[in-house]
Amino acid sequence: MDKQSDFAIESSVDFTAVERRLGVSRRTFLKFCTGVAASFGLGTKAAYAMAQAIANPGRPPVIWLHGQECTGPTESLLRSEQPSFEHLILDLISLDYHQTLDAGAGHRVEEIKREAMKKHHGKYLLVIEGAIPLAQNGIFCKIGGQTMMDATKEAAEGAAAIVAFGSCASWGGVQSASPNPTGATGAPQFLQGKTVVTIPGCPPNPANFLGTVLYFVTYGKLPPIDEKGRPKWAYSRLIHENCYRRPHFDAGRFATQFGDDGHRQGWCLYKLGCKGPETYNNCPSLEYNNVGGGVWPIGVGHPCFGCSEQGTGFNKPMFSLAEVKTHTPPNAFPNIADRQNPTSSTVVAAAAVAGVAVGALLGATAAAGKKLDGTQAEAGKPGDKGA
Amino acid sequence: MDRRNFFKTSLGATVASAAALAAGGVQARPNLDPAPEAVGMLYDATLCVGCKACVSKCKEVNGMPPVPMGQDTHADFALDLSAKTRNVIKIHTEGKGAVKDAAADGFAFEKRSCMHCVDPGCVSVCPVSALTRHPMTGIVSYNKDACIGCRTCMTGCPYNVPQYDYDNPFGQIVKCEMCNQKGVERIDKGLMTGCAEACPTGATLFGSRGALLAEAKRRLALKPGETYAYPRGDVRKPDSFHEKAVPGYQKTVWGEKEAGGTNVMHLSAIPYDKLGMPPLGERSYASISEGVQSTLYSYLALPVVALGGLTWLVKRNTSGEKEGGAE
Repeated sequence: MDKQSDFAIESSVDFTAVERRLGVSRRTFLKFCTGVAASFGLGTKAAYAMAQAIANPGRPPVIWLHGQECTGPTESLLRSEQPSFEHLILDLISLDYHQTLDAGAGHRVEEIKREAMKKHHGKYLLVIEGAIPLAQNGIFCKIGGQTMMDATKEAAEGAAAIVAFGSCASWGGVQSASPNPTGATGAPQFLQGKTVVTIPGCPPNPANFLGTVLYFVTYGKLPPIDEKGRPKWAYSRLIHENCYRRPHFDAGRFATQFGDDGHRQGWCLYKLGCKGPETYNNCPSLEYNNVGGGVWPIGVGHPCFGCSEQGTGFNKPMFSLAEVKTHTPPNAFPNIADRQNPTSSTVVAAAAVAGVAVGALLGATAAAGKKLDGTQAEAGKPGDKGA
Repeated sequence: MDRRNFFKTSLGATVASAAALAAGGVQARPNLDPAPEAVGMLYDATLCVGCKACVSKCKEVNGMPPVPMGQDTHADFALDLSAKTRNVIKIHTEGKGAVKDAAADGFAFEKRSCMHCVDPGCVSVCPVSALTRHPMTGIVSYNKDACIGCRTCMTGCPYNVPQYDYDNPFGQIVKCEMCNQKGVERIDKGLMTGCAEACPTGATLFGSRGALLAEAKRRLALKPGETYAYPRGDVRKPDSFHEKAVPGYQKTVWGEKEAGGTNVMHLSAIPYDKLGMPPLGERSYASISEGVQSTLYSYLALPVVALGGLTWLVKRNTSGEKEGGAE
């Protein structure tokens, strides 16, 4: 990393302004930016770029919609570990509309939302939290007389980017499980044809949201995402692949009951219904909300229930066995026809040796027989003559 | 009776007796019945997730070393049964190999270990009774002190199970003995086999042959898609159950009748031949070969035939000598 350019970037950031605005020291601020950049696997340059983007007072406006949900994503975001974390998130973005955090209420706030959407048309970031009910024209969820369907459609039109935060917004969440009377649907399925970044989880890990938003703020574009809209840096690996209980799985050591011997020793929770083998998330490496000390479901001894995985969380019974997705080809398994040793050739060689031995024996016998005949004949001849 | 007539008569009698025996029919004995308290296992390939926990546990219980692959010694890379491996999980893939237990573009796991035949070929062919079928449990076990290393059992097994330790000058046969060989004796202690104990899904289920066969038939009677509570561990007293949708099983239990039946039975959603199972009829090889052999040797028939043949040969070859003598 080019030191000089780092200094150049650092000197371009007005830290006194940041300190004033965010109420954090320069050191804490840079530590935060470096931490976020590191979670992406990016270097210090990106950290400084992020610092620059955050220090920039022209923050992107954010419209935050709530649908069918429990406010879990917002609550987990508010309880992030850094003391000034909420200041950062509130100051990093210009949160123009958020039903939980807005101080105001009623029609005044709805007006502010419309004004902000008009003013920042094509520039604002739309965050959707909660599912969108589609049954009976979406009457099951209304805000200020407007259904969630209409509110989402309206806000999505002028959005520069759309982020679905939490499992409800990503694929429908708990209310979309059968029988789904309200027709709860996730934002990507509702907003067909638009790119929606999804941060599933129930609740989702705030680090995954922050990282994605900071990437957007820094580079003006969304991070690489998979076919379900999930940022690849956070959701490309199965929990099973990074789980620290994995060696127990491989060795066949399973907890069979809560509190049994194996459970106390930290053995694999697969038999208790752990959905880690079919759930894509970064929980094993990030844990939850940076509380530390192994605080995340599997870390504290409960099987993963697949909260972030569509079709798993709230859809499969809690203690049913997971489908092990890592063990699909081309993982290392011998084929049916594989043999350990080239034993067939060994056996053939042994048979050949045996054959040679038998052949030699037969040949020798035959030769001896012939010789015997000859000697007899020769021995007989003089006798005959003599006779 | 002169010499010539004596031979003629004796040869005729030999041929006649041999013909009579042959006409009496090479009477094969019937297949053996399952041992009265036969223990076995049921491997349901559709439940197997390929975790290889059974392979690890087997090596641990039986004190087997891992199989390295070239320089890689950090893990077990067993390709098949060998002198170091009594149990192995293999894979069958077709096309893209993406969907589990699907016929097209699918894949399926298969467990390879001794099937513990009801009428075992290896026991039948062993000339020194190093391989024996336990009269009560039906477990096919091996006695290294009796073995002479002839490896006939390897040719007598239709499943390629007994493996010879070629790297050892005092080589032995290695095969699954249901974790009940001397020094392990898990069945005698009332435990189940290591692989069945380790299996997290109940793909390898332990129990008596009768209970396992009943369980297998219960599964085959279910409709695909129906939810069924699959037992884990010992079918007679499962440690737990787990619910799962029933797959489209093949309509037979491998090992119910194949070559006289086996104590280790298999279930699968794809045809068994794709999982490497040999084409076998319902007659056991042991019953056929033993039938043929005991018929040939009964009343010393074969030695008499052989003697007759040899006599005839000697007579033919010595007829010239006789003329020579008369010269």
